[in-house]
Parts: sequence; C-alpha cells; structure tokens
Amino acid sequence: MSAITHEHEHDHDHDHKPTGIKRWLFTTNHKDIGTMYLVFALVMFFIGGSMAMVIRLELFQPGMQFVEPQFFNQMTTVHGLIMVFGAVMPAFTGLANWMIPMMIGAPDMALPRMNNWSFWILPFAFLILLLSLFMPGGGPDFGWTFYAPLSTTYSNDSTALFVFSVHIMGISSIMGAINVIVTIWNMRAPRMTWMKMPLFVWTWFITAFLLIMVMPVLAGAVTMVLTDKYFGTSFFDAAGGGDPVLFQHIFWFFGHPEVYIMILPAFGIVSAIIPTFARKPLFGYASMVYATASIAVLSFLVWAHHMFTTGMPVFATLFFMYCTMLIAVPTGVKVFNWVATMWRGAMTFEVPMMFALAFIVLFTIGGFSGLMLAITPADFQYHDTYFVVAHFHYVLVSGAVFSIIAAAYYWLPKWTGYMYDERLGQLHFWCSLISVNLLFFPMHFVGLAGMPRRIPDYALQFADFNAFISVGGFLFGLSQLIFVWVIVKCARGGEKATAQVWEGAEGLEWQVPSPAPYHTFDTPPEVK
Amino acid sequence: MTNARCLLWSLPTLLFAASANASTSMPLNMTRGVTEISQQVYQLHMTIFWICCVIGAVVFGIMFWSIIRHRKARGVQPAQFHESTKVEILWTAIPVVILIGMAIPATKTLIAMEDTSAADVTVLVTGSQWKWHYKYLDHEIEYFSLLATPREQIANKLAKGENYLLEVDRPLVIPTGKKVRFLMTSDDVIHSWWVPAFAVKKDANPGFINEAWTRVDEPGIYRGQCAELCGKDHGFMPVVVIAKEPADYQVWVAQEEARIAAAKAAERELLAMSMDMAELMTTGERVYQGWCVACHQASGNGLPGIFPAIRGSQLVLNDRRAHIDIIVNGKPGTAMQAFGRQLSLKELAAVITYTRNAFDNNTGDAVQAADVYAVQQGKGE
Repeated sequence: MSAITHEHEHDHDHDHKPTGIKRWLFTTNHKDIGTMYLVFALVMFFIGGSMAMVIRLELFQPGMQFVEPQFFNQMTTVHGLIMVFGAVMPAFTGLANWMIPMMIGAPDMALPRMNNWSFWILPFAFLILLLSLFMPGGGPDFGWTFYAPLSTTYSNDSTALFVFSVHIMGISSIMGAINVIVTIWNMRAPRMTWMKMPLFVWTWFITAFLLIMVMPVLAGAVTMVLTDKYFGTSFFDAAGGGDPVLFQHIFWFFGHPEVYIMILPAFGIVSAIIPTFARKPLFGYASMVYATASIAVLSFLVWAHHMFTTGMPVFATLFFMYCTMLIAVPTGVKVFNWVATMWRGAMTFEVPMMFALAFIVLFTIGGFSGLMLAITPADFQYHDTYFVVAHFHYVLVSGAVFSIIAAAYYWLPKWTGYMYDERLGQLHFWCSLISVNLLFFPMHFVGLAGMPRRIPDYALQFADFNAFISVGGFLFGLSQLIFVWVIVKCARGGEKATAQVWEGAEGLEWQVPSPAPYHTFDTPPEVK
Repeated sequence: MTNARCLLWSLPTLLFAASANASTSMPLNMTRGVTEISQQVYQLHMTIFWICCVIGAVVFGIMFWSIIRHRKARGVQPAQFHESTKVEILWTAIPVVILIGMAIPATKTLIAMEDTSAADVTVLVTGSQWKWHYKYLDHEIEYFSLLATPREQIANKLAKGENYLLEVDRPLVIPTGKKVRFLMTSDDVIHSWWVPAFAVKKDANPGFINEAWTRVDEPGIYRGQCAELCGKDHGFMPVVVIAKEPADYQVWVAQEEARIAAAKAAERELLAMSMDMAELMTTGERVYQGWCVACHQASGNGLPGIFPAIRGSQLVLNDRRAHIDIIVNGKPGTAMQAFGRQLSLKELAAVITYTRNAFDNNTGDAVQAADVYAVQQGKGE
C-alpha cells in the first residue's frame, strides 16, 4: 500500500524541484513564476500606495506641512511609475503565467527559462528606482511622463538610474509578451481553435502584441532623454534643432497603447467572471474578440489626445479628437455584452462577481469622463486638472486594480486548494468600493473648479474637498490590508476547494484538481 | 445582500450631499467664464455630460434591474442565449450616431478657438521657473509677474489670505471687448498658461511660439495657474489678469510706459552713484526672497544634489567677477537663469551684495550698479 502511495506521489511530483530559496530562484515552472509575479505586484502595490498616502497627507490641508515640494514631486512620479510598471503590469503577467497554459491545455509556457529571467530582473529594476530616492538631490521628480526638457536639462543626477530601471522594466515586459504570444500560438491543446479560446487568453494575446510594439518606443524615448542629458544630443532641445513636443509624441505613442495594455486583460477577466456567476454563456463572444482587436488598432491612432494644449495644427487636433471619440464604440460594445450576459441569467454574488460588477459600473464612469476629455474644446479646461486625475484613477484603480482583485478571488481556490473567507472578502469589497469613491469621485469636482494636478499646495477654496479626498485615500489604503489578510488566511488553509470551485465555471482550468498540481496537462486535454 | 444593495444605491446621493456641504465657496461645475468661447466650451461640457448621464442611466438601469430580478436566490433558471448579430449592429450604430452629433459642435468651437487672426492687442507670454513675463508687442511695456503670497503663509507661519497662491505682484492687464492675442513661449521647461474664465490653456514650449486668443466682455480680475508640471515650484506660479474698459486700459498703458521709461532713466543715473551697504542689503534681501529663495532656499543652503548652496560657496567667496557673471548671465544647461535680463541694475547689485554678505559669507564687499554694468557689457572689473 505504501509502495503504491509512494509510486503515486512520485508520479505527481516528478518535477525534481529544489527546495527553499533555490526553488524560487531557478524555477522555470509557470505556476511558481506566476506566484512570484503576483506577490511582487502586491508588494509594489503597497509601496506605491504608501507614496500615495504621503501625497494625500500633504494635500490634507493647504500650506506645506509634511514634505518639501521637491519630495512631493518625487512621490507623484515614483507612485505613478511603480503602480503602472510595478503593480498593474506584473499582476497581469502573473495572472497570464498562471492561467494561460491552464486555459489552453498547455503543460507550461513556451519559453520557461526566459520566463524566469523576465521575472527576476524586475526586482532589480525597482530596487534601482527606489534607491535613487536616497541620492543627493533625490529620485525622479518630473512626473511619470518625464516630459523633456524637465527630465533632461533640468533634472537631477539620478536621471540615469531612472532611465536604466525603465530599460530593465521594458526588457522584462517584452520578454513576457513574447512568451505569451509563442505559448498561445503554438501550445494550444488539439481542437482549441482560435475562436474557442477563453477571452482572457484572447485579450492577453492582443495585449502582448501591443507590448512588443510600444515598449521599444518607450526604450527609445528614455534613451533619447539619456543622451540629451549626458551626451550632448538635442532631440528635445530647440537650441540644437530639436523639439520638446517631439518627446511628447514619442512618449504618448507608447503611452496610449500602454493604457490599453493595462485594461485589455481586465476585460478578459471580467468576461470570465460574469458568465460563471450568471450561469450563462458570455453574450457576443465573437464581437468581444473583434471589439478588443479594434480597441488595440485604434489605440495607435489617438496618442495626441494627451497633447491637445501643445499647439498642434487644428486638423491634427480634429483627427485625434474623432479617433478618440471612436474608441467609445468598441468599449461600449463590451459593456453592453456584459450586461446582456447577466440578463436572464441566474446570478449569485460572491466576491469575484462583486468586484466584476463594480468594475463594470466604475470603469464605465471612467469611460464617460474619457469621452468628455475627448471633446477638445472642453479638454482645454479639463487638461492637467484633477478631473484627469479622477478619470484615470477610475479606469486604473476601480478598473484595472479591481479586475486584478476579482481575478485573485476567482482563482485563489484553484491556486491554494482552499476557499477564501467569504465574509472577509465581502468586507474587503464593501470597504474598497465605498472608499475608492470617496477618494476619486470628489476629484471630478475639484478639477472642474480649476485645481491643477501635480501641485503640493492649493488655493483655499479647494481645502474642504481635499481633506475629504484624503480621508477617502487613507480608508482605501487601509481596506487593502484586509485583502492581504484574506490571501494569507486562504494560503494557510480553510475549506477545501473542489476542482470546479464555482458552480457555473467552465473551461480547462476547472478540470484539474485544486490546488492545481505542479505540472498540469502533461498529455493534452480533450477539448470539446 | 439587500442592505448591501441599498448602500450601493445611496452612495452617490451620500457623496453628493457630503460634497455639497463640504464647501460653499468652491463651484461644483466648470466655470461658464466671461467670453463667448468659454460659454461655448461650457455648453459642450454640459451636453456631453448629459449624454453620458442618459447612457449611464439606461445601461446601469438595465444592469441593476437584471441584478435584482435575475438572481439565483429567486429560483430563476438561466437562459442560454448568447449571441445576436442584430443587437450587436444596433449597439454599435447608435453610439456612432450620438458621437457624430457631438463632434459637429465641438469642431465648430475648436476652429473658432484656433482663429487668432485680426487681433487688437498682442502680448508675448514667456514662462520660466517659476514666473510669467508679459511683453506688449504694441507698446514699450514688459515686466515679470511673480507669486505675491508671502512664503510665511505657505509655511503656515502666517494666516493665509483670501487669494492664497492666486495672487501676483504685477498682473497682466488687457482691455475688454478687444481681441487679445497671446503668443506663448518659455525660457526653460514647458509651462502652460491657463485662465479658466477665458477657457484659454496653452503650453509655453521653449524655443517655439504658440498662439491663443480671447475677447473678455466683463471687466474684472481673473485668476489661473500654470497647468504643466514645471519643476519644484509648479504649484506656486499663478496667473492673474485684470480686464479693464478700453479707456482705463489706455490710462494704464500710459502710466506703465512712463513708469518703465522713468526706471530706465534712473538706471542710467545709478551708474554714477554708489549706494550704501545698508540700502544694498535691504533691497538685496527683498530681491533674494522674491527671485532666489525657491532654489537656493531661505537658509542659503540650496538643495544638495540639485541647487548649490550660496553659504560658503567657493565661487562667491573667491571670485567676485564670476559671482557677478553667473547672476547676470546665468549658467546655460542648468536652472540658473540669466538674471541680467530680468532685474534692474540696482536690484542686481543689491542681490549680489546681499549674497556676498549674508549666510555667513561676510566678504564685506559692496557691489555697485556700475560693477554689474561692466560685466553686462562684457568688460572685466
């Protein structure tokens, strides 16, 4: 009997993985790497979040209380860089690593060693970025958009470190994206045709192409900043024949597709969760795929809507206004399809579903303000005010971050083998939902009333609203501690999860046991 | 779950009530402004806002109806329909039509905003860290406009005034009822000149000139701020514009031209005079507080790694000629500007004297206007 058990265990555990730190350093297993990405993203979420707390603390009252303007600018800059490149993008990559092979019936990612490498360079990138804050003169303070010449002639000595760390982040992202594309293209189980792939796989497939196309553009932009600052070139200096606005064109040619890089996988997650808890197939699967693809194509044609006040020719401005408005169409199609999926389903409201529903409503509000921002004459009033801050936090926090949290709750039982604590999860949801709105909704009003963004101090009329917003910010920060508590608790034990976990769940990942064994789909599964 | 839903529903109401009570002085919507263009912009803003509200009400209404009715707890069986090409075409086409309806008035307003031709008055607006410079191209008038809020208010040592951070020493003055054209540029980084009441926000790019215009109907004082992150004191770079009736504006122009001519004459006389130490130090401290303190700090210690210290500076202590030169001509490729173009000879002499004697530098040196003038003319001392 014991021999058989041993034989059985051996059979399931033939990975010869080292133990301890070596397992994590040398792993090529997509699940281990996925876990590392997700833990890394969570740590970065709290580091970036603590910087947001510094910002909100300083803005709690008018006058300078806690930090110097110079340090305040470093906080807004590094907060943005960390949240974009350290929290949201690695979290999605972690989810891709864990779920894509399991969703398409592949044994692992196609390029496992590169997978290890693309993760392990990330902590060093962020170490460099964070340590630069301790240099004399401080870290990057020119905003996460690092407009020249503020980031070239007028920046402090740590700029080279900023450039180097962004390069490493870019290399990591490109390798991750190549891995996703090669895996999806080559490693689908037999009869897992393109139009049978789950939408999370589809959205990530398209996202990976966006990454490969725009990350080199970002690398080009930071390199030009580097040579302008240190090697005497004049890409962005009119005195040498360059143009500071050129920088913005290059940056936003990366930056706008980047926005969709941070939201398309979220669409995939929500498209997985809504049908599961509505117990009804996703409405309009094919049109969802086409809508995602059209958003990706359009994302390359709208970059200059970030630059309406830079003094572009009027016809260029009109072109970018029309293209930007057009993006509302495929995005609208997605929202309509989700609502149609819910219609006449049989819904239950576990935590993943609650976060997905909040995503739909709050992301749509962010979409509405986006549509308002597209109207160029009105944008002249909104641009660089808190209205913009409200807009992109609605789509990034209550959009992208909420979708990541929803995904974590949705797949935690599959990862750990235990159900999370539903009551704690609901508490986390309600605290997050209320505080995120207390935090970001009043920003719309502050922006419309005329408060510019990225200022450490403000006129007295904005005082009451800012105090209110800061309280919302602190509450939102605290609410996320509940999330950590839920995750830790779930990882340590609890009610055993079944293979299917959710009554309405469909797809290959729900056919393997929970927790998912170290190796899955050594032989390709049967796809109907 | 019912409680939870109530909470969700009441959230926007609560928020709105809370925000309405929180402040009576802050407007809750975009300003209508005081120009024809700003009114049009406000109309566009409200139109697109109401379109979003209606779409939101319909979509969220259907969604919440579904959440209430189609729940497993009510024992419903899920339907299995999952596609309809007709519906997809419908909800693609309807938004397209709405958007076209929205694009037409937006295009009209935009084209009107971009038409800077046939201006009555032209002002060159130059941003620099962290002040605005106004030059009237039709008159011999030009001056800098600096934040007038005392540093003690920012540091919470004095009670904050009514126009905290939105007040300047010399506002821009423009006539009402005339088309005023602004040419925008910058001496260092990108700034953005914004007056919400005019719906004018335009970036000031170094090395390039942008155009904008306004025609203000009502006399008054209008306040705005720099809108593009421009470094450390980006938050302390307000814009104040006074719109005067054309007759009052003409009076102001005459006064201002006379003031500037008088200052120039005084400058010439100054070359032959020598000011005493006490006067130089008093003026110097005032100039330092207005122009130098943002970078070199009230302590004279600068910010290590970005802005050098004046206290104990080898350049100040050992090389008088270089000290005058760096203040007059600046240091290209850094944030140190050429103050020779910004300050009067008297102010330059005073602030150089001040920095040579304050912060324990104690050189005992008095620098006179003639010394500064000599360096300005490229001659040694």
